[in-house]
Amino acid sequence: MSDLAADRLRDRAPAARAVLVVAFLLLLAAFFRAQVVNSADYRLQSEKNRLRQVPLMAPRGAILDRNGVAIADNVPGYTVKLFAPSVDSLRALLERLQRIVSLDSGDLELIVRRFRAAQYQPALLFAGAARETVARLEEHRYLLPGLVIQTEPRRTYPAGSAVAHLAGYVGEVSEDELGKDRYPGARMGSVVGRDGLEQQYDSVLRGVDGIRYTEVDARGRMVREEVSSPSLVPIAGNPVKTTIDLPLQQYVDSIWRTELAGTRGALVAMTPKGEILALYSAPTFDPNEFVGRIPVNRWNAYNGDPALPLFNRVIRGTYPPASPFKLATAVMALRKGIIGFATHMPVPCRGGIQFGNRYIKCWKKEGHGSLDLTGAITASCDVYFYQLGLRLGLTDMLEDGTRLGFGERSGIDLGSEQRPSYPPNTRYFDRRYGPRGWTNAVTLNLAIGQGENSQSLMNMVRFYAALAGDGTVGPPYLVRPRDLPVRSLGLSAGQLAGLRDALAGVVQHGTAAASGGRDLNAAGKTGTAQNPHGKDHGWFIGFAPVDHPQIVVGSIMEEKLHGSSVAPYVIRVIRRYLVEQDPSLAHVRVKMPVLDDTIPTPLPAVTDTIP
Amino acid sequence: MRRAGPDRSLLLVVALLVGFGVLMVYSAGQTDVPSVAGGAWVRQLIWLGIGILAGWAVFRVNFRILEWAAPGIYALGLALLALTLVVGTGAGSAASSRSWLAIRGHRIGQPVELAKLATILLLARYLSSLREAPRTLTQLIKPCVLVGAPFLLVMAQPDLGSAIVFVGILFAMLFWAGVRPRLLLMLASPAVSLLLAADTRWWGAWMVVLLLLLLYWRTFVVEGVVVYLVNSAMGVIAILVWGHLKPYQQRRLTTFMNPESDPIHAGYQAIQSKVAIGSGGLFGNGFLNGPQKRLAFLPEQYTDFIFSVVGEELGFVGVVAALGLFLWLFLILLRIARRATDPFSSLVVFGLLGLFFTHLFENVGMTINVMPITGIPLPFFSYGGSFLLTSALAIGLALRVAWDSRLSGYAEV
Repeated sequence: MSDLAADRLRDRAPAARAVLVVAFLLLLAAFFRAQVVNSADYRLQSEKNRLRQVPLMAPRGAILDRNGVAIADNVPGYTVKLFAPSVDSLRALLERLQRIVSLDSGDLELIVRRFRAAQYQPALLFAGAARETVARLEEHRYLLPGLVIQTEPRRTYPAGSAVAHLAGYVGEVSEDELGKDRYPGARMGSVVGRDGLEQQYDSVLRGVDGIRYTEVDARGRMVREEVSSPSLVPIAGNPVKTTIDLPLQQYVDSIWRTELAGTRGALVAMTPKGEILALYSAPTFDPNEFVGRIPVNRWNAYNGDPALPLFNRVIRGTYPPASPFKLATAVMALRKGIIGFATHMPVPCRGGIQFGNRYIKCWKKEGHGSLDLTGAITASCDVYFYQLGLRLGLTDMLEDGTRLGFGERSGIDLGSEQRPSYPPNTRYFDRRYGPRGWTNAVTLNLAIGQGENSQSLMNMVRFYAALAGDGTVGPPYLVRPRDLPVRSLGLSAGQLAGLRDALAGVVQHGTAAASGGRDLNAAGKTGTAQNPHGKDHGWFIGFAPVDHPQIVVGSIMEEKLHGSSVAPYVIRVIRRYLVEQDPSLAHVRVKMPVLDDTIPTPLPAVTDTIP
Repeated sequence: MRRAGPDRSLLLVVALLVGFGVLMVYSAGQTDVPSVAGGAWVRQLIWLGIGILAGWAVFRVNFRILEWAAPGIYALGLALLALTLVVGTGAGSAASSRSWLAIRGHRIGQPVELAKLATILLLARYLSSLREAPRTLTQLIKPCVLVGAPFLLVMAQPDLGSAIVFVGILFAMLFWAGVRPRLLLMLASPAVSLLLAADTRWWGAWMVVLLLLLLYWRTFVVEGVVVYLVNSAMGVIAILVWGHLKPYQQRRLTTFMNPESDPIHAGYQAIQSKVAIGSGGLFGNGFLNGPQKRLAFLPEQYTDFIFSVVGEELGFVGVVAALGLFLWLFLILLRIARRATDPFSSLVVFGLLGLFFTHLFENVGMTINVMPITGIPLPFFSYGGSFLLTSALAIGLALRVAWDSRLSGYAEV
């Protein structure tokens, strides 16, 4: 076979050699590209393959009351996480997990969604898992190779629902919030403050979460802690010390839970200097339920409740200020110097007053007769204040009221405070009713705290704190006052003392005579706010002792009809505080109120009243 | 004339490759999560001992006896292959294909390895018996049938990777026998059509090129028409063939084109292998220290993907060293084939070269994603008794040919 002779083969050999060399160069080129040119990319992928970040939750700073007692604290809790190489295998593992512990489909979706957002981190299954859950999972660990059970600080509120609206609660930051950077420094999975002090002082309380790098194998099993990239140690958050008097706060809660069960309302106690001592809104909720993740049915129950348990009535609820606002009218008049404490109005109270073509009633049909300012405050005489309002004039009332802070938030260091509504000037009425569509009846309404005026409890109590103190008050505060202007009533010490005496008269002889504050020398003002939707709301704002007030307490109770039914509870809170400060006061009497004050229907601002 | 003796350079390069290979099998077993790969290197050493004995035995056999016995060995190989279709069992990553023969559950070997050698022997015997190199497609029918029989049996197991090796052997030996490249191209053209059929535009372009080539070469009319018709038919039946492929085979082919299309399942091996190799960089992570391997991200790290361990732990330098050794081996085999005393020996050695080269290019190519993933071992590296034994026999044969040629003075050529 001639073709296969050695000569012939020798011809083929160079071609074969060329093919070999080309093939090897091709392979080498492929390796060169991967190992030399693009090596960094693959190295990164390799790192991502094997390293998983386990976030280490930083302990949140405690929230303390004025004596250092914890309002919010941490206890060790269990966090259950799961390493998974992919979403598919996570789903498979969750299916397996479901046979061990129950998870509803919403939870599953959330777990998967969260895992998608932060792959290469273990998926969070339970934050703050129950001990039984953890025990069951430990038993079945061999089924779940990527299971991580960490002890992490778990938020707890020892006083529970007593401090709900005050402390707020914590929850995991949402993707939406991360996108908007509402919580600077927060990462996926961070626990942030929601509502209350937790939210207000989140940046102080939160701390910085740490990271532990863990090496995992292809099935997601943890192999060891990575040594080359050391863990970032979590930095604990700072504690926040508040002005709250926790025993007083709990006392308020205990009253509400027993005697006032089912009553919607709010109570706030502060010092004349602006320190909040207690802040309570009812109905309340248990912030401990929100730690970890609140079960969907509980969340729906809270949100669906018509009594709005999550609504902070101290700062979010606004109500017609009613009779307590008469003091504001008096302050404006005194400051202007148009009256003194002994000034009588031209028309004595005969149960009403003719205004234009209308006869407007005082709350007391029999009339109060001719009263001076002190008497009018004590008796809460509408006729007197109608005339005082007219004498002040609408423009001045709007201007002075705004200056006293009735058009602004109180400025308390608690988020989402509702802005009260108080017309800043007469253009407000022009806009609302048309330039000629309203009459001076709005002045009469304003003078007695009705009409286009709705105030939060906090803002009213702040005004009374100025009365109880030296005539000035900054923004009320729980931790430290905001950098906001200190508002001054512009009254002399004598004028202040006169007003306090008049208010003390209220408690001792007037509308709140039976509320038993005499021994405390308490002062206060009842009010009844019109409620177009149901029974009237009752107000009472009081302070004590009159000669040297140490505490101002205001409360509103929805559909409680009269301020005088609110007064005893406020007086009890005041007494409790004063007794706490000075145990020798422990002998005070308490009588239930017998006198009521009611507010006549406010005048329509429009049509048939002429002046 | 130099003193006759075993070809030292061949022994040296094989020793280096085997040593390198065993070290890598040892390294592949060093994982953080214990796996079956742990003790593989010991078993590999045992197989190596058996292989050396077998290689030495083959070295002692006269090639005339081999030439005489070739049809018998071939028949035995085919019979065993056919037997796997009836009683074969799967193993490891290819559990669904029946490529193993087992007695009472003990797997004793993969007949395909024997069939490869048998096919080389018989094809060499046939080609060396020809008076001149085949010049027409008709003359290529016989060799194609020779290789086609084991090819089809292996495809039926199914084991696509090994089947490709037969194709590699066929083309290598036809080339070495003096078949003109244009004839080889015509022979290969239906396969090209098959591959390009997925995209009509590419296939159309190929058909135009083929037509021009056939006209340019002035082939026999019948031959040209047949080639063209077969190519056209391939374009049509490719779709049908595709439908008949097993889903995992389809996936392998599609994920070869785009591994990221299915990163969790079929593309997983391709991506992890490339990540391991790429992260090795220039100098690697160090022997025994490849994290992808240690943490079991690398699939089949001690068998089919052992070259990824080389890339991850020893880097580009290690890859160059390993490929350099292989190239050296191939050049030595080429030299031995060139200097062989007779066409049969020469064709056998070149057939072995085709066998090794196909294994190497397919295996190494798949670790770096230039070839589709088919499970065939890397000579001297991958753990596996049957193939190590085959390789040892092949080296024994090559040594014998070198020995013969030296004895007859061809060494000086």
